[in-house]
Amino acid sequence: MAVTTAPMESTEQLNRIWETRPGLFGVLGTVDHKTIGKRYLITAFVFFLLGGLAASVMRWQLSRPEMHLLSPEAYNQLFTMHGVTMIFLFASPILSGFSNYLWPLMIGARDMAFPRVNALSYWTFVMSGIFIYSSVLIGQAPDGGWFAYVPMTELAYSPGLNMDFYALGMIFLSISTTIGAINFVVTFFKLRAPGMSLNRVPVILWGTLSASVMIVFAAPALTAACILLFFDRHFGMHFFDAASGGQPLLWQHLFWMFGHPWVYIVVLPAIGLASDMIPTFARRPLVGYTFVVLSTITTAILGFGVWVHHMFATGLPQMAMTFFSAASMMIAIPSGVSIFAWIATLWHGRPRFRTPLLFLGGFIILFVIGGINGVMTAPVPFDWQLTDSYFIVAHIHYVLVGINVFPVFGALYYWLPKMTGRMLSERIGRWVFWLMFIGANVAFFPMHITGMLGMPRRIYTYQAGLGWTDLNVITTVGAYIFALGVGLFIFDFFRSLKHGAIAGNNPWDAPTLEWSVSSPPPPYNFAVIPVVRSRHPLWAERLGEASSTAGPELPVLEDGRETIGTSMLDSRPQEVLLMPEDSIWPFLLSSALLVFFYGILTSLWWLAIIGAVGLATTMTGWFWPSAPPDDHSRLLPVES
Amino acid sequence: MLRPTPFSSLHGSNRSFPRVAVTAGFILTTASCARAPAIFGTYGLAADRIAVLGWVFTIVGCAVLAVVSVLLVMALTRRRKRIAESDESTLEYSGSDHAVRWILIGGIAIPAVILFFTFLVTLVIQAEVSSPPRKAVATIEVTGHRWWWEAKYVEADSSETAITANEIHVPVGEPVRLVLLSADVIHSFWVPRLAGKTDVIPGSRNTMWIQADKPGVYWGECAEYCGLQHSHMNFTVVAESPEAFRSWLAIQRQPAAVATDTATDTLIARGLDTFRRSGCAACHSIRGTDAQGRIGPDLTHLASRNLIAAGTLTNTRGNLAGWISNAQALKPGSGMPAMKLSSQDLKTLLAYLETLK
Repeated sequence: MAVTTAPMESTEQLNRIWETRPGLFGVLGTVDHKTIGKRYLITAFVFFLLGGLAASVMRWQLSRPEMHLLSPEAYNQLFTMHGVTMIFLFASPILSGFSNYLWPLMIGARDMAFPRVNALSYWTFVMSGIFIYSSVLIGQAPDGGWFAYVPMTELAYSPGLNMDFYALGMIFLSISTTIGAINFVVTFFKLRAPGMSLNRVPVILWGTLSASVMIVFAAPALTAACILLFFDRHFGMHFFDAASGGQPLLWQHLFWMFGHPWVYIVVLPAIGLASDMIPTFARRPLVGYTFVVLSTITTAILGFGVWVHHMFATGLPQMAMTFFSAASMMIAIPSGVSIFAWIATLWHGRPRFRTPLLFLGGFIILFVIGGINGVMTAPVPFDWQLTDSYFIVAHIHYVLVGINVFPVFGALYYWLPKMTGRMLSERIGRWVFWLMFIGANVAFFPMHITGMLGMPRRIYTYQAGLGWTDLNVITTVGAYIFALGVGLFIFDFFRSLKHGAIAGNNPWDAPTLEWSVSSPPPPYNFAVIPVVRSRHPLWAERLGEASSTAGPELPVLEDGRETIGTSMLDSRPQEVLLMPEDSIWPFLLSSALLVFFYGILTSLWWLAIIGAVGLATTMTGWFWPSAPPDDHSRLLPVES
Repeated sequence: MLRPTPFSSLHGSNRSFPRVAVTAGFILTTASCARAPAIFGTYGLAADRIAVLGWVFTIVGCAVLAVVSVLLVMALTRRRKRIAESDESTLEYSGSDHAVRWILIGGIAIPAVILFFTFLVTLVIQAEVSSPPRKAVATIEVTGHRWWWEAKYVEADSSETAITANEIHVPVGEPVRLVLLSADVIHSFWVPRLAGKTDVIPGSRNTMWIQADKPGVYWGECAEYCGLQHSHMNFTVVAESPEAFRSWLAIQRQPAAVATDTATDTLIARGLDTFRRSGCAACHSIRGTDAQGRIGPDLTHLASRNLIAAGTLTNTRGNLAGWISNAQALKPGSGMPAMKLSSQDLKTLLAYLETLK
């Protein structure tokens, strides 16, 4: 599909309209999805490094029996923060970063549906991360595990601020996650370029859409749980206190009703990234696109029906557990569908080996291992041996490193050139891949065995003579090899900014719309909103698909920040949407929330009131109506 | 595998115990006492059946991994472009019709068949292990505390209750019923070689059964994160012949051998006095004496146990001295405070504790 170009005056006008204002106001007030996307990526990556640092210290402590590098309390804070950081502050936000950056470029739009909400989701993310990490500065980081089981996290057994940072931090973060999810859902249905019907949408959009719908339903369970915990801890309630008629298991149900969908939330978008990258390197369209999309949606739905498999050892009735056991086995099938779709695509293609493809190959193998050891925990009696042992640690790391980190690194090698205009190094990339792949397997494969030899999770040390020592040494070595790979990537990234080859528009000869604009893209993304006639717009002619240049041309849309709103299924143009200018309100609102949460944390009620007043003020400022016609979108004439 | 030996250094001549014990840090070598844990190579009926299930899933899983890996490597390499091929712009677009068969067969049909079969095997094994083969011969109430395990042998006549800690005896080849309770937070009772784990939850009464089919000492662990010393909340299950079990139980039911100050050996009598003066009874009980503390383990038959501090140390005079003097150095955060005893007081106390066989 040839990109319709606009006259020079138009591009200059569009630049003026869409560029972020310079100076502090622009830094704090930008609503450009590309900037927000890059900020998400950088911030999430910093959290990845912090979580990895925690893991590195933990692995040193566990490399030999009865080591005294860490006190039990220090270890407990480290392993809790490792989990919280990786699962909440890295795994989902890094995917939000890619989705935020790529979606408008892939769907032919000028921005996300709600640019200011987009900025708000970023600011609340980073401020909730600061809130949680400020606990480290006072040595009271959360120490109850990322799962925070009661009664141990109740005030009687966790008297410090540690678990208050956790409960409030999770509530704060869930604001970011939820509004981000809503933004994605609306963007998916209303902002796709004309002609981009649902069957022409890149798979990353389906992955993020599924995750976003899951977030809207799952996040409230965690928010509720954390509110109940906070009320138990500080307002004399007894939701989880058995002695007063409460139920410790209520926490587990609420947490895992959120927590299990969450693990699909952090992998479905990454699966989408992989499904969009593999065709480029297989030199052919994805085999079974519809199957892959349906399997993504099926996983999202089934993901709400398996949470009890985290509770098989709690003494629940056998009949109930068996239902969840069956569901936990069934959910492997959609995963199998995707895996065979990728294998078929590569099999019937001509694979071209570049660094992203290495990460994708590694991703598939690690996905299969993680899926298999997951299915091994589905039968209730065998889970009675495996649960809470290092076998589960093996499982979670194979699925998280395999299905989140590896696609992410592949996506970094693939899409960073679009963002920065510079290629990363193929030579260094191979080293990064092999160090990470070998390191991951050397670190995590022995954990299957350690778990089967009875090593429980979440222990700060272990005794000699149990048969665990050598395996722990091997795991520690693997962890450091993996870390070396990550370090090498960081070096490659900074090196590429100055010395990388110029990327050009489409260095990979890829099929989707983001590769039709410059690298990096102009602030307005597309001078003219494209009309899409194919799932592979840039390959359509070579594939002999429908002609891509016929059809009505759309106006340039240069009267302010404008993009096209389209119908939900077939993406017929319906209206011209007016997008907001840069705005300081998202930053101020997030800051007010930060003050509010610190007030609640410290029980300084005057501080909380200041935060609440700030919240009300910033929301008022945000929603203050501006004079027409500036805030009205206009409808397009209806076309046949 | 060693049979458990009663504490027997009553006649030992170890004089410098406190400082030596603490600085040398005698920590357990498990293999000297208990069989190292594992979920394969099991010695109990429940664990045996579960291991069968585990082997089915492990073998099927490895087979699937092997097949898919081979297919992936073949897919990546069979028609890969060589570096020399410079024509980057060609695309492959053979019809996808038969390519979709990969998905239907490999992604749906075969996994569905495999999972159906494994689910049936699961149901069979699950039914087998959900109840013991015959009625349990004993019921033990196990209570998880931070960070030790209490075991109470429940009898119809409550005056005969045996209470011990961290060491559970069972008769070989007989099912035993466990009633699982918690005194504080959620813990999990796990003896890998004998059975799967079951959580102990405050306010709940979970039950499980175990049966050891070979004599031996089996390593047990807490398997639910419960705070600072979750790592050192271990126990042993000692399986012995029914006769040995009954004589052990009879002894455990008895009150302490030396319960009053009128012991013939004044060292021992002064030891009981030290026990009272030092406040040990605030946490510990010794049946037959007026020490009725419920916070820490029952010590009535302390000297009969292999290990102390919930599996952390072997039960030797030196280790016991070190534990009493400075438990916090060995198990920081545990409920046992470092007792500031003079070396004379410690000596008498140890002499008394050695009588608690």
